[in-house]
Amino acid sequence: MFLLQSEPLPSPEDLLPLADHACGGVVTFEGRVRDHHEGRAVTALEYEAYEALALAEGARILEEAAERFSPVRVVAAHRHGRLGLGEAAVVVVAASAHRQEAFAACRWVIDAIKDRLPVWKREHYADGTRAWVACGCHHHGTEAP
Amino acid sequence: MMNVRVRYFAQLRDAAGTGAEDVTGEFRTPADLWTHLCARHVFPLGAGDLRVSVNAAYVPFDVLLGDGDEVAFIPPVSGG
Repeated sequence: MFLLQSEPLPSPEDLLPLADHACGGVVTFEGRVRDHHEGRAVTALEYEAYEALALAEGARILEEAAERFSPVRVVAAHRHGRLGLGEAAVVVVAASAHRQEAFAACRWVIDAIKDRLPVWKREHYADGTRAWVACGCHHHGTEAP
Repeated sequence: MMNVRVRYFAQLRDAAGTGAEDVTGEFRTPADLWTHLCARHVFPLGAGDLRVSVNAAYVPFDVLLGDGDEVAFIPPVSGG
């Protein structure tokens, strides 16, 4: 299940309720709005999404993860619109029988989201300016979210 | 003549001054279409920086377009 929404994201527990007692390892990644980027003070973020492609591509990423790391259950959600500091922009939850698969699937899904989910981040700075952020994952190795 | 719907996002939306437009012309592939659009707009990104999607799926730049397709040129993404 992949969600894209402008409302605050569900908690990891709500996103992946674990009635399945076969899963002993659960790994969550939550990406939150940070107050700085490359030395500039950030006051808010705005995410623009191509909704139709993001929903389709998000679902494809989860399907690929399920094949690659089987047996694993993995869900993810991404937010769009304007977010304040500390709010969750993305949540990934992976559950498996053992921790290795859960860690690997969670890591793979967040990396795939950052590589190919059609979502763009615009930072609003303390000095009143704003700018689209170049993808940090390949171009200059900026740290996550 | 081909008629497609072009969607713009992020830096490309700012450059085009709109989120979408209908475009008619002599183009067969997204690569042709991009060249066609570059004659109408000044984009801050080149084809080498972009991916392309047709009807909400990523495709190669040399795929054949169909009448009525929705085409989006995807700037480097920055989700997460």
